[in-house]
Amino acid sequence: MTNELDIFVGNTTLIDEDVYRLWLDGYSVSDAVARRVRSGILEQTGATAAVLQSDTMDHYRTFHMLERLLHAPPKLLHQLIFQIPPSRQALLIERYYAFDEAFVREVLGKKLSKGTKKDLDDISTKTGITLKSCRRQFDNFKRVFKVVEEMRGSLVDNIQQHFLLSDRLSRDYAAIVFFANNRFETGKKKLQYLSFGDFAFCAELMIQNWTLGAVGEAPTNPDSQVDDMDVDLDKEFLQDLKELKVLVADKDLLDLHKSLVCTALRGKLSVFSEMEANFKNLSRGLVNVAAKLIHNKDVRDLFVDLIEKFVEPCRSDHWPLNDVRLFLNQYSASVHSLDGFRHQTLWDRYMGTLRGCLLRLYHD
Amino acid sequence: MPGKLKVKIVAGRHLPVMDRASDLTDAFVEVKFGNTTFKTDVYLKSLNPQWNSEWFKFEVDDEDLQDEPLQITVLDHDTYSANDAIGKVYIDIDPLLYSEAATVISGWFPIYDTIHGIRGEINVIVKVDLFNDLNRFRQSSCGVKFFCTTSIPKCYRAVIIHGFVEELVVNEDPEYQWIDRIRTPRASNEARQRLISLMSGELQRKIGLKVLEMRGNAVVGYLQCFDLEGESGLVVRAIGTACTLDKLSSPAAFLPACNSPSKEMKEIPFNEDPNPNTHSSGPSTPLKNQTYSFSPSKSYSRQSSSSDTDLSLTPKTGMGSGSAGKEGGPFKALLRQQTQSALEQREFPFFTLTAFPPGFLVHVGGVVSARSVKLLDRIHNPDEPETRDAWWAEIRQEIKSHAKALGCHAVVGYSESTSICEEVCILSASGTAAVLNPRFLQDGTVEGCLEQRLEENLPVGCGFCHIPYDELNMPFPAHLTYCYNCRKQKVPDVLFTTIDLPTDAAVVGKGCLIQARLCRLKKKAQAEANATAISNLLPFMEYEVHTQLMNKLKLKGMNALFGLRIQITVGENMLMGLASATGVYLAALPTPGGIQIAGKTPNDGSYEQHISHMQKKINDTIAKNKELYEINPPEISEEVIGSPIPEPRQRSRLLRSQSESSDEVIELDLSHGKKDAFVLEIDDTDAMEDVHSLLTDVPPPSGFYSCNTEIMPGINNWTSEIQMFTSVRVIRLSSLNLTNQALNKNFNDLCENLLKSLYFKLRSMIPCCLCHVNFTVSLPEDELIQVTVTAVAITFDKNQALQTIKTHVEKSLQRASTDNEELLQFPLELCSDSLPPHPFPPAKEHLESASSNSGIPAAQRATSVDYSSFADRCSSWIELIKLKAQTIRRGSIKTTVTVEKASPVAEGNFRNRSAPPCANSTVGVVKMTPLSFIPGAKITKYLGIINMFFIRETTSLREEGGVSGFLHAFIAEVFAMVRAHVAALGGNAVVSYIMKQCVFMENPNKNQAQCLINVSGDAVVFVRESDLEVISTQQPTANCQPLCTGGEVTT
Repeated sequence: MTNELDIFVGNTTLIDEDVYRLWLDGYSVSDAVARRVRSGILEQTGATAAVLQSDTMDHYRTFHMLERLLHAPPKLLHQLIFQIPPSRQALLIERYYAFDEAFVREVLGKKLSKGTKKDLDDISTKTGITLKSCRRQFDNFKRVFKVVEEMRGSLVDNIQQHFLLSDRLSRDYAAIVFFANNRFETGKKKLQYLSFGDFAFCAELMIQNWTLGAVGEAPTNPDSQVDDMDVDLDKEFLQDLKELKVLVADKDLLDLHKSLVCTALRGKLSVFSEMEANFKNLSRGLVNVAAKLIHNKDVRDLFVDLIEKFVEPCRSDHWPLNDVRLFLNQYSASVHSLDGFRHQTLWDRYMGTLRGCLLRLYHD
Repeated sequence: MPGKLKVKIVAGRHLPVMDRASDLTDAFVEVKFGNTTFKTDVYLKSLNPQWNSEWFKFEVDDEDLQDEPLQITVLDHDTYSANDAIGKVYIDIDPLLYSEAATVISGWFPIYDTIHGIRGEINVIVKVDLFNDLNRFRQSSCGVKFFCTTSIPKCYRAVIIHGFVEELVVNEDPEYQWIDRIRTPRASNEARQRLISLMSGELQRKIGLKVLEMRGNAVVGYLQCFDLEGESGLVVRAIGTACTLDKLSSPAAFLPACNSPSKEMKEIPFNEDPNPNTHSSGPSTPLKNQTYSFSPSKSYSRQSSSSDTDLSLTPKTGMGSGSAGKEGGPFKALLRQQTQSALEQREFPFFTLTAFPPGFLVHVGGVVSARSVKLLDRIHNPDEPETRDAWWAEIRQEIKSHAKALGCHAVVGYSESTSICEEVCILSASGTAAVLNPRFLQDGTVEGCLEQRLEENLPVGCGFCHIPYDELNMPFPAHLTYCYNCRKQKVPDVLFTTIDLPTDAAVVGKGCLIQARLCRLKKKAQAEANATAISNLLPFMEYEVHTQLMNKLKLKGMNALFGLRIQITVGENMLMGLASATGVYLAALPTPGGIQIAGKTPNDGSYEQHISHMQKKINDTIAKNKELYEINPPEISEEVIGSPIPEPRQRSRLLRSQSESSDEVIELDLSHGKKDAFVLEIDDTDAMEDVHSLLTDVPPPSGFYSCNTEIMPGINNWTSEIQMFTSVRVIRLSSLNLTNQALNKNFNDLCENLLKSLYFKLRSMIPCCLCHVNFTVSLPEDELIQVTVTAVAITFDKNQALQTIKTHVEKSLQRASTDNEELLQFPLELCSDSLPPHPFPPAKEHLESASSNSGIPAAQRATSVDYSSFADRCSSWIELIKLKAQTIRRGSIKTTVTVEKASPVAEGNFRNRSAPPCANSTVGVVKMTPLSFIPGAKITKYLGIINMFFIRETTSLREEGGVSGFLHAFIAEVFAMVRAHVAALGGNAVVSYIMKQCVFMENPNKNQAQCLINVSGDAVVFVRESDLEVISTQQPTANCQPLCTGGEVTT
């Protein structure tokens, strides 16, 4: 006796959260059944393995049918075939677009292309996430990227509107899209200690301050060349950053800057002498990073540079985080007192973001 | 020219890509009604076209309006080649033809293609302007309302219940026409869908005409079925109950009635005399009639039991001539005669209703059923469906005579069905023989005075159990006792019925689903030989199904079956029998005896031991079941009851029509001893198997109950969560060593596993009850068995249940102690709080035992009645508030931001979805349920009948996920289309939903499959009770439910 056909269709579509998770995690039906058995569900409910098998198959079939709709979440809301309570719809979408930290760290900043997709096997082996799940996550990244890439307006809002994700998840996707678009290097060994959250934090700051959208008012003329507002860095801004070079190139200015900072911080830092000794190096590092950002390649290496030029030197001198904060605050603020320096706004736009990023990146 | 149909095509969305090059579609729409077709403009390059067409106007006869569906076809325009069809929408405009239903159909309809399924949606507005037509000889029956619900719809009251209406129409099946060889599967499917739509329209119109002739205005319990007879044609038939209904003007009108139910209850008409007439020449047993017949197409046809003899068996005055009544005896006789004459005017005194206004049902005799095996032949002339008509007339005649044999003049809970395999067809009909109150059958002004006189002694809660037949001249031997409730009338030991449990019935504990399952192998044969073989097998199947039911009922410790439905399915090489019913313990009937096992060879020691082991197991199971279903009836000493009837043989109420006279006695004699117990004789392995299978039925997990009736006896505090579902399973039998036993086991496992799966799937709803569990068995191929289940899971509140029962016990006890002189009246008053009467001790001397049974301290018993009902009300309100709070919390946690920005999701409804151009086409959540009501809500309007037929076919079965994927998607689509139609009518639920057919055929080798589904139900508007305003907060509407019907009678 074999079941040729075995289905269950509810007027309200039944969604089992546990099975959904197993499905999202890319387990085959038999693996999922095995895992459910191990969870002790048989004992709790008195069901048999056959019942579990049939139930799992049913759910998998439903999810498979829903997947097409999940690719465009607004469709899930408007379709008539599955009657799903709104809270459940939200759950389906949110979980479908959720991703694994381990996976996103592998892909962050990489071009979301066929080439990367081919490497998914390796990522799967490395992270222990099933290939199926890797593919879903990768395809989600790519799908969101494709949809919002060319769109005007706030990146987060666009993602939220087209994928109906929660605020948190939309922000994460904004970071992923931003990183993928600017191809920031995140995979170097030096950067391994950083979490996705660290990068997402930086991405948010950069989107808020360094992109075209950050300039503020929406373009009055929709035909103007100003599009890709949130996704691309403001080219003009990057160009202007060269002007900051004067801060390190002009020896007087550099000395003045140093003395202003040292005066203000004397007695307040536990690593004052180290700071004093290193000031010029650190300042040169930070300003040079700014000046180089006009080249695409250097944009990609932004995080590597920040780690090499600032985080590592400080860390080797065992700066406490609070000292880093005090230093960066003073370092940014003192520039306002440099009479010969005319690019105060530019400096603030650059340093405001960078300070936030550096503080976030500065940990073990 | 009495009608103008107006159609506007507004927009489309989510259309499929029809032009690969552009990834877009150039869509336009054809609107067709009758022979007239209109077209919209082509909307270029869009998947979301906005046609916003003019109003297309069709000027048509109302006859056509009833018959024809509106056909909307969406196409992709192609300049160079033929336009490609995207899909179609058929809209039944019938609901627009009567005044109280929908006024406009407007909304998004899924565009359906028989090959691709749903492909996008289209927004349509349909209106009808009807002109009054005074022509008396018209062919249309506009204005007659149709209801699938098998009770008087909630917002109506029955003025007169006229009775049975039936009709059938036949046609050639397009699938079997010669042209089918050259047309595409799509064209063929569409031809079939259209034809069936047309035929059901015609059928409905014809039934409507009959109703108008009877001066009725509605059909209740309308059941329409298709017989796909293959080569020989297509039959669409329908039965229903014609009524004259009055709309209740407002809910307020009957709310006050709930407060004073005792007043209505008093009108329950007449009492049974303690000694029914002794000299009537009661019916001789009809079992002698040879009723199995098959009529091959040739004229050689063994007629089934001649209807003349049947009728003459029962003297017309047989039941009315009794005179030994107490008060009101003569009146009663008069009433009976009235009833009799009222019913005799009708050809078939049948009622498709399963639930009745209070007082309508006087006595229930038992189940009557008839089957007949027929050979199909080609329907030569579609305009003359006489053959099929004659077949059914024959069966109905038989049913009628069986009812008469049971001393009943009517049949309630009546239904008809067929099972077809190749050219053999089994026609079945069954119902419950009953005695009815004539008040509802004709204009009831005359007997008003009679009722006044009769109202003093009303056996409420047990009256329907009292035997309607003559006890000294019984149609079959039965074990009678005095009613355990009123102690005045005789009752049988068990009662089988096809109706729902009457709301006023006194029940002990909870009920449960009881199924008998059976397979019988049969040799493959052709034509007449085949029909003969089946005819010969049927009596044995019926007998065994019946025995199984009886055994299982006893095993559950119960004494009555409701909603009994026996389905016999015929296949190439086997017959399947599946009987489902809801077992209950009726307080009026005697406690069932246990089951005793007797061995054949008493000298073998080990064998004896084995037997006693089995016996112990059975006894344990009975004890366990009694506990599980809370069956603890008050103990009543035997001498009080006393059984004056010297006939100790136990018989069932199932009157079987097909048994041959020769084997009648042996076959039906289920009792082997003189004891009260049921004896199973184990004389061979077969019997052993039976006993084993009895014990293998696993009770549902705790927190779950199941029944196949509308409501579960013993549960009355439903919460509002419902989940309707359909589950389909097909198993392939290994063709090797197919024996009856193996087959039985397979079938049994199939059903049991299916139930287990359901319990598992719905575990999140615990505590809940599966209601209206409806199993359908079919045998699509040689080794395939298909079981389809549709049911609804309803959650209930466990705590409240306990409380209610407690309250009830308290109340009854209090009552009993204060006025136990008027024993006959207090059950009546008990009903005033509308809870199903709890068993109460019927005599003074048993009060003590009862109170100790209930285990409630005396102090608590003194609680005032008002207080307890108030507490009840409060707790239900608190529950509601709790529920609300929960949902809100849940929603806000999960969708914090999505809620605000992204979508209308969080609004709880799809209300804001893509605001369509027309105002009222928002699509909300649509509930579906096979029940006639929605728990926690009040139905405010019936919008019309939903009756839809779909065909789906695929030539890429594997790609669609195999048979399971294919059918899963199709059923989901059918649900979606039903919901869309209901929403377009302005409704938010379908009640009395039923999937009447689900015919699935596959050919995996060719990667093909086809499925036909027919569903129906009533589209309604309901309002949550929590949304009703102050008036209902003052009067707990939840408690009103059963009494609303009571109110309807008098208002």
